[in-house]
Amino acid sequence: MSTLAAMRRQAGVEWRLTVRRFGEALNPLVFFAATVALFPLGLSPEPERMAGYAAGVLWVATLLAVLFAQARQFRAEAYNGVLEQLALSPHPLWMLLAAKLLVQWLVLAVPLLLLAPACAYALNFPAEGVSTLLASLALATPTMLMLGSVGAALTVHAHQGGALLTVLVMPMLVPVLIFGARATDFAASGVAPDGAVLWLAVLAVLSVTLGPFAVAFALRTNLD
Amino acid sequence: MAKAQNLNWFMRWFYRMASPPHFYRWAGRYAPWLGGVGLLCMLYGLWGGLVSSPPDYQMGEGVRIIFVHVPAAWLSMMSYTLMAVAAGIGLIWRMKLAHAVAASCAPIGAAFTFLTLFSGSLWGKPMWGTWWEWDARMTSELLLLFLFLGYIALRNSFTERDKADRVSAILAVVGIINVPIIHFSVDWWNTLHQPASVTRLDAPGIHASMLVPLLVMAVGFTLFFAYVLLVRTQGEILLRERQTKWVNDI
Repeated sequence: MSTLAAMRRQAGVEWRLTVRRFGEALNPLVFFAATVALFPLGLSPEPERMAGYAAGVLWVATLLAVLFAQARQFRAEAYNGVLEQLALSPHPLWMLLAAKLLVQWLVLAVPLLLLAPACAYALNFPAEGVSTLLASLALATPTMLMLGSVGAALTVHAHQGGALLTVLVMPMLVPVLIFGARATDFAASGVAPDGAVLWLAVLAVLSVTLGPFAVAFALRTNLD
Repeated sequence: MAKAQNLNWFMRWFYRMASPPHFYRWAGRYAPWLGGVGLLCMLYGLWGGLVSSPPDYQMGEGVRIIFVHVPAAWLSMMSYTLMAVAAGIGLIWRMKLAHAVAASCAPIGAAFTFLTLFSGSLWGKPMWGTWWEWDARMTSELLLLFLFLGYIALRNSFTERDKADRVSAILAVVGIINVPIIHFSVDWWNTLHQPASVTRLDAPGIHASMLVPLLVMAVGFTLFFAYVLLVRTQGEILLRERQTKWVNDI
């Protein structure tokens, strides 16, 4: 089997697993919506105040939802030995993982992009900022997923994986949060968000090109 | 090691240092000197900073906390870099000693980062009227503390030392790639703080009566850091090599 066929197969496996555990795939989205709903309850439901904090809340909720989705990443595969099989296969581990992560990104980001405008509307976020919100979320989620996967690969052995993952990855996700929330805020207040959006693109390129190697290396180190 | 004769002096030194017994004895010989000279530098720096230098015309006596704050900040960043470089060396050359250095470095670095935040907070109260200000440098330093704590937490989550070494080394290397990005983004987010004034060589922003004690203090802190690092690494080596003959002979 060629490497490309192996990648396609790996993506298919990941897709079928997601479809058969549909409820599990929905959890991060419910988590996202529930987190967003906490803020009007905890801060204020006044339209003007909501518009002021909407961008930040949407970004923090996205970040937490991605970390939530990553908390169990690689656990089942490490436990049932699939990871060993992938590592032993003649194809480069990082390419197989890249295929797996691509499917995960589609499953996580596409519904999130559909849900985000509704949440933005509920928070009284100005309509003229929504396109920038979606563009910056589309650019930021690959970086979040990659860094989260590196953290998950590093902590795959640990009992308290989720909390440890958050501690490890949170400082590294700060640039994504800053550029994403600023870009969204700029767009909402009529300032050109291009600079911040381009920085998100830079981070996406960096993490998508280097991330799979780091994830594969971390998993391999944890295996032997 | 037959080829060792052909290597230059640095590589010879590097290879010899990789041997735990050799490093242990070397550290035991030099650590007290580093500690002693460091103590003298810090005493002079304290005298220069607290007694002989004049109070600042704007900040008054409050300026004197920079003699602790600035060297601590410098060491917090240097120790993360050193930790990541040692971890990278350990990862690439599979050198156990480098992992021992990285492991010993993390708690010291975390302590200096905490000291930076603590002294900055003490300074902030009289200067800015608040214990905490979300300015770029304090925020970066806080994130650095989280990076250190994450590294320590990841290391502690393992029972096998060998695996702990290599997996946490990956985290340190990924972390050091991210540090400039974090620093830049936080700077971009907030640029309220005064610009750095020590590194401007053309026109020093601070007077020599303060600069000299500050630099001596920085040297003293660095030597103290080296002393603690060597002593901690010695302890780490003894712990790791406790089954070997040379340790039992000590």
